[in-house]
Amino acid sequence: MNKTINNKAWWLVVPVLLLVAFNAFIPLMTVVNYAFQETFGDNVFFWEGTTWFEQVLRSERFHDALIRQLLFTGMILAIEVPLGIGVALTMPRKGPWVSVCLVLMALPLLIPWNVVGAMWNIFALPDIGLLGHTLNSIGIDYNFTRQPVSAWMTTVLMDVWHWTSLIVLLCYAGLSSIPDDYYQAAHIDGASRWAIFRYIQLPKMKRVLTIAILLRFMDSFMIYTEPFVLTGGGPGNTTTFLSIDLVKIALGQFDLGPAAAMSLIYFLVVLLICWAFYTIMMRNEEQ
Amino acid sequence: MARIRFKNVMHAYPPPKGQKPVYALKEINQVWEDESAYALLGPSGCGKTTLLNIISGLLTPSEGEIYFDGQDVTHLPTSERQIAQVFQFPVVYDTMTVFDNLAFPLRNRGMDEAVVKQRVDQIAEMLDLTSSLKKRASGLTADGKQKISLGRGLVRSDVNAILFDEPLTVIDPHLKWQLRSKLKELHQQIGVTMIYVTHDQVEALTFADKVVVMYDGTVVQVGTPIELFNQPKHTFVGYFIGSPGMNILPCTIDQGQPVFHGNLLSTSYPVSSDLSGKLEVGIRPEFVAFADDGIPVAIDKVEDLGRYQVVTVRHESELIKIVVKEDQPIPSENPKIQFNRKHTEIYCDDWVVEGDGHE
Repeated sequence: MNKTINNKAWWLVVPVLLLVAFNAFIPLMTVVNYAFQETFGDNVFFWEGTTWFEQVLRSERFHDALIRQLLFTGMILAIEVPLGIGVALTMPRKGPWVSVCLVLMALPLLIPWNVVGAMWNIFALPDIGLLGHTLNSIGIDYNFTRQPVSAWMTTVLMDVWHWTSLIVLLCYAGLSSIPDDYYQAAHIDGASRWAIFRYIQLPKMKRVLTIAILLRFMDSFMIYTEPFVLTGGGPGNTTTFLSIDLVKIALGQFDLGPAAAMSLIYFLVVLLICWAFYTIMMRNEEQ
Repeated sequence: MARIRFKNVMHAYPPPKGQKPVYALKEINQVWEDESAYALLGPSGCGKTTLLNIISGLLTPSEGEIYFDGQDVTHLPTSERQIAQVFQFPVVYDTMTVFDNLAFPLRNRGMDEAVVKQRVDQIAEMLDLTSSLKKRASGLTADGKQKISLGRGLVRSDVNAILFDEPLTVIDPHLKWQLRSKLKELHQQIGVTMIYVTHDQVEALTFADKVVVMYDGTVVQVGTPIELFNQPKHTFVGYFIGSPGMNILPCTIDQGQPVFHGNLLSTSYPVSSDLSGKLEVGIRPEFVAFADDGIPVAIDKVEDLGRYQVVTVRHESELIKIVVKEDQPIPSENPKIQFNRKHTEIYCDDWVVEGDGHE
């Protein structure tokens, strides 16, 4: 049979190319454009080379925001992952309570981010908020608009409240896929509760857990709306995370060059950490 | 090592809402003698796995008691019963090496590492796993994984019994045969009680000293393969054991002898005439023969199985199977058949009728 060479089918790729171009490539290249040039409007650009990058990388403000961001992400992962696994383990496997638990777990995920921020803002107000007022009335000096520690505690708690469910649901899915045979065999082998977790449940959850951690890492590393509504980055700059800082530079100060350079650095950091984490997890898989 | 006794054991799984419980096991009284190899044979869904799980303690029976050497273990947890069990589908601990997998049941019981190594090496040797001991268990084929499951069952030396729940289902036919011989060999070496669940009669008959046939939640007969073949106590045993299965034909009783569609048959023992219930006569295809005189039949089908032929004949509306050796002729005109009276059994409501002087 003779094959006819016909390249017309390539046209079918055009819609996808256009979609990718307009929602990813062109915006990204615009940012790149701003990152290497200076403009004073009127679409006039001057080449700046790596000036903006050097400026950002040397700036103490960026270092502080990056450290705050790493600290925040580290804290919420350290709380949400074990808590999520723990909750998933205690959820019932069958019976009428399964759907009740699942709906309860899914509820926080359905609330828009700015609403979560507003909810927690009111909840935590020291004079009238349920949380703030209760804490103050039992003698704990708490004011998230003035004290950095209170602000951090509230922000972390809010994120834990909002997103632990995601880890719970993913882990629960992983746990549900383990056949009964495994538990029966473990009982026969005389495995302790810990051994069952360590050698059956955790390995079987590994894939979903990898995905869960990646998702939580990316989302929390790019968190903007909730802390913006809750604390606005304050008091002072104590809860100013990378994206809040970025918006301040780009839209508050209108320093488009440094903001663009910072965006790219930000993007590369996220990409690098995700890649490293995923590679390490998957390398273990192959061994 | 222990003698395992079931006393009036019954089990029902929790029923769906608003329905009556259906008993998966209906009153079982059964003794599993120490150091014997049993095969538990029966069709899917007859309660074999339920019975195994009750022995190992994965299930607590709804009613009745289980004794190990006189000790009531009905409510004892699995971990305190010293039972090893191998399941139908392989279970391996993915993150461990093959060695660690095999060592797992021993280490969980706090055994000395030197003893663990010695036992594991011995079992690995037996199952041809020595070369892959250092590999991760998750990388093995289904065969290999099931060998690990078997190994974890066999590695413990202190068990009361080893239970196998159709363990060779996922294994290749030639390996299946090999592993079964290995198990049998091992049983002769260590003499631990083994209970082997299967729905394959060849597997059951080759593995076991005694075969326990289950049907619809009850044990219908316990016996050696020969006993099951020669004296089926229940029509199900007759039908299930042997290939082809026993011919089960409707009959009536007249003067102590069965009558099949107006043809007087004879048994080696007289049968009382006041039996009530569904009466049937059972005869194995091996004990039916063509003869000059007897029940007139029409030949329906002849299947050539190599060393013998299975002939299906018809009398009235009943089909009868006959095993004919390859060198024996099949009559073409007016064939008639005779039943061997020594092997003709009467069944009343599916259970064999014990005649006077009949064992």
